Amino acid sequence: MTLSSQIVQFLFTGITIGSIYAMVGLGFNIIYNSTGIINFAQGEFVMLGGMVMVWLTTMVNLPMPLAFILTVAIVTVIGALFERLAIYPLKKPSVLILIIITLAGSIIFKGSAMLIWGKETHTLPHISGEEPIEFMGATILPQTLWIIAVLAVIVTLLAVFFNFTMVGKAMRACSVNPTAASLVGINVRRIVLLSFALSAGIGAVAGIVFTPMVLMEYDRGAMLALKGFCAAVLGGLGNGVGAVVAGLLIGILESFGAGFISSGYKDGIALLILLIVLIIKPSGLFGVSEASKLKEF
Amino acid sequence: MLRLQNLNTYYGEIHVLKNISLHIQEGEMVTLIGANGAGKSTMLNSISGIVGAKSGAILYNGTDISNMSPDRIVQQGISQVPEGRQLFAPLSVEDNLRLGAYTRYGKENKKEIQKDLETVYALFPRLKERERQYAGTLSGGEQQMLAMGRALMCRPKLLILDEPSMGLAPLIISEIFKTIARLRDTQKTTLFVVEQNARVALKYADRGYVMETGKIMLEGNSRDLLENKEVQRAYLGKQKKPIWE
Repeated sequence: MTLSSQIVQFLFTGITIGSIYAMVGLGFNIIYNSTGIINFAQGEFVMLGGMVMVWLTTMVNLPMPLAFILTVAIVTVIGALFERLAIYPLKKPSVLILIIITLAGSIIFKGSAMLIWGKETHTLPHISGEEPIEFMGATILPQTLWIIAVLAVIVTLLAVFFNFTMVGKAMRACSVNPTAASLVGINVRRIVLLSFALSAGIGAVAGIVFTPMVLMEYDRGAMLALKGFCAAVLGGLGNGVGAVVAGLLIGILESFGAGFISSGYKDGIALLILLIVLIIKPSGLFGVSEASKLKEF
Repeated sequence: MLRLQNLNTYYGEIHVLKNISLHIQEGEMVTLIGANGAGKSTMLNSISGIVGAKSGAILYNGTDISNMSPDRIVQQGISQVPEGRQLFAPLSVEDNLRLGAYTRYGKENKKEIQKDLETVYALFPRLKERERQYAGTLSGGEQQMLAMGRALMCRPKLLILDEPSMGLAPLIISEIFKTIARLRDTQKTTLFVVEQNARVALKYADRGYVMETGKIMLEGNSRDLLENKEVQRAYLGKQKKPIWE
């Protein structure tokens, strides 16, 4: 393999994994914007998406498209239930308490998944086969293209939702000024519920397209959450475009690091980036530093 | 229309509103004047459901709304223009106005909302010119107009305004108050205006209340209050004793 084809290869691997980080990062941002909390259970939604999809296709034997819709629906409901049972009943909780609750939630999700589906790894068939495509000397799996396409669709749908629908605008209004939002009659708690449901749904989609590439197991959520969190912070917390760019960037850097240095350092790279960002520019690449001073995180 | 009975509100341990009682009749414009920290905004936020009341009742057309959530209260027809405008800065002027009608979407014909949008633009033509601009880029006076327009979009029966004159030039203040008075005269909207600028507030309002450190000290017709010696001294700056070295 020549150097240039190697670079192309690493680039595509990086974009694939980076797309997943971007989706997780988007999930973080949606919840952060409406509540100001970091939902550390975000990675578990990805894991649940993969696991439920595996269960529906292999055990229940549902056809792929139906299983896809059902999986997203189930995980969305789980996200909504999580909000209603763990977040909603609290009166005036501090942000720290909420974050600890999401951590507890992630452990519960992980444990339940282990009890239900066991400790072994699961996989799914690729959406359109495993026949690799040759591109500039690199081989690309069709699933890579699917993942990139799914990310593009999610980003487009979110952009339409937040800019052209009344509920989307209400969600933005809540993130800008929750008090003013409730003064115009927006039910802020319902928006919080919606943000959890939406984030869970996006996580589920990420899990479904991701599972064929990597094998899914019950404890994969935590690392994904960490990487997605890196993406969200690097892009500037709350900034959707930032999360996508930063997610892709982390994925690409990770892939090059694994390829040229050692694959052992793969996870370290994302965390090293996070540390550097937090020290040099805590507001993130696309964040406004004045705004970040006003945030609790 | 609105009646507060022995309302007590706390921020943690701090007793902010102490046995407040007041009433507003339909079609009236009532003002509440008082210095910083008297508890004026807290009273409005209690009415809007942002701050919970510890004891007492807020009766709106006979029903107690003191434990209702803010969005339910808006649906009842009480809309607040908050202190410092509180606009959705990164959203456009039009989106800010449309969000004002948020409770009506899905229930009413979109044409009705469109019609009210045109009414607000007719009331404040400056907003029409800046329809597509971000709310955060407007001048202070325009922001106050937008905040009022947004509150009007839910077709309130009772509109409460928290310090509409704050930070505005005198000419714009009188323009804003003329508009407020016009709402009472033409649209029969009941108005409750909280002000520090006692002179302009009493000039346009029918009745007034004076609040000091969480208590209502005085109430009466605007004209009587304007002639009251105590009000003149404390809020209108008249009869100040000269200070000699």
